[in-house]
Amino acid sequence: MPDRAVAAVGVGESDLGVTGLSIYQLQTQAARAALGEAGLGFSDVDGLATTAVERFSATAMAEYWGLLPAWVSSTMEGGSSFEFMVGAAVDAIRSGRCEVVLISYGSNQRSAASRRLGGVAEAHTPSTQYEAPYGVLSPLSLYAMAAQRHFHEYGTTGEQLAEIAVAAREWALLNPKAYRYGAGSITVDDVMASPMISTPLHRLDCCLVVDGGGAVVLTSLNRARDMPMPPVRVLGCGQSTTHISMSQIPDLTRTGAVEAGARAFAEAGVGPRDVDVVELYDSFTITVLLTLEALGFCGRGEGGAFVADGRTRPGGTFPMNTNGGGLSYCHPGMYGVLLLVEAVRQLRGEAGDRQAPGAELALAHGTGGLLSTHGTVILGVDR
Amino acid sequence: MMPGVSPEARQWWEATRERRLLVQRCGSCGHRQHYPRALCVLCGGVDLGWVEAAGTGTIYSFTHSHRSPDPTTFEPPYTIAIVTLDEGPRILATVTGTGVRCDAPVRLAWTPLADGRNLPVFETDPEVN
Repeated sequence: MPDRAVAAVGVGESDLGVTGLSIYQLQTQAARAALGEAGLGFSDVDGLATTAVERFSATAMAEYWGLLPAWVSSTMEGGSSFEFMVGAAVDAIRSGRCEVVLISYGSNQRSAASRRLGGVAEAHTPSTQYEAPYGVLSPLSLYAMAAQRHFHEYGTTGEQLAEIAVAAREWALLNPKAYRYGAGSITVDDVMASPMISTPLHRLDCCLVVDGGGAVVLTSLNRARDMPMPPVRVLGCGQSTTHISMSQIPDLTRTGAVEAGARAFAEAGVGPRDVDVVELYDSFTITVLLTLEALGFCGRGEGGAFVADGRTRPGGTFPMNTNGGGLSYCHPGMYGVLLLVEAVRQLRGEAGDRQAPGAELALAHGTGGLLSTHGTVILGVDR
Repeated sequence: MMPGVSPEARQWWEATRERRLLVQRCGSCGHRQHYPRALCVLCGGVDLGWVEAAGTGTIYSFTHSHRSPDPTTFEPPYTIAIVTLDEGPRILATVTGTGVRCDAPVRLAWTPLADGRNLPVFETDPEVN
């Protein structure tokens, strides 16, 4: 149904790193950049999706920008919220509820020093009642336990996980916007020698904690074809959630990305082998390894061996996290919007030194919470 | 940190005063679950009761935490684990003792709370290790 297809027509980043800016300023920078690429202004936006601004996130940003949108979404699925939003936006555009959706995010967590090791405790939740009293690091403790169980079941090693951080750094060295651009390469030994945070995860297994923001503009493919940038089609979306309390995770080594990915691949009519470039949420190195297995890029338990040969580094056969990822580019608390930004740029062939040659099909996968939420988006060039 | 008490968990917390660990049991299908809820997650039934856990289980996974959200209360390093109770449900708790590893057997212990309740924790079995 090409006449009902939806496309990304603009993407943008805000300032990244340590900005001293507010959430609203960062969102404004990102949204202006994305709308500018599309040749649109804020007055063209009739659908708005954003989160983590306040309880009324989309309503609040609409007020800040002077918008009266016909459709909003403030869905909160953590770092994968934006992949969920793409699915909802596609439905909203196809059904005629709105024509132009702006997906936007900004966080000043580094400048505001708002991140807490224990996470966000909401007094009435089961997590707060049954798990916070043990001094959990949230979400870190859960990811560490997933890694530990993967080591136990499959013989995966810390060195294999470390390769994911090493590859991310190599990509970041090619991306002038990356926080670690110019910081130099790291080795597996560097990762293993970095301070232990929560076994078996070292500091360099963990993502950055910095400011940042991003935005994506979506509209119908018909309209997109009259816009300045080459349209990037949304070919398939899939989602899942599995738990939010640590003890309730169904399986520490098989995430909900199995279902989210299968749903997205089915909708797009493609499979893992068709994908040219992948952008996978890398809150921690283990997140990537579990997601590679869950999406079917390698078999269950084979993630360590899959990455260990360096195939995900620049010039390798499996271009992955080409912006440098949350590990070495930017992780503004909820990174999923920047997965989409990079996937779109790769498909437009404008990624410069980090371009995956001839990329026509991209997959972005967001992972939120404590391996809790999974959103897969498959994007393709317009042919 | 003093845990709250939700209405559906009042009996669960009261039992900890006597150092008894309860697991919710569905009167319709027999499914056992933790944490306490207003319905059975397996069959949707609302006829829910309690069984007392034997206090034995195995470590599903664990992590030695070298950072703490509150170092005055939780002095690193300490070990957090997800324990699979022999009754089936999983529970998060701290674990002490030697020989902490995945699938290692553990047994229930208790940490007193200031209000007379007790927090269930686990220790490895010295006879196994």
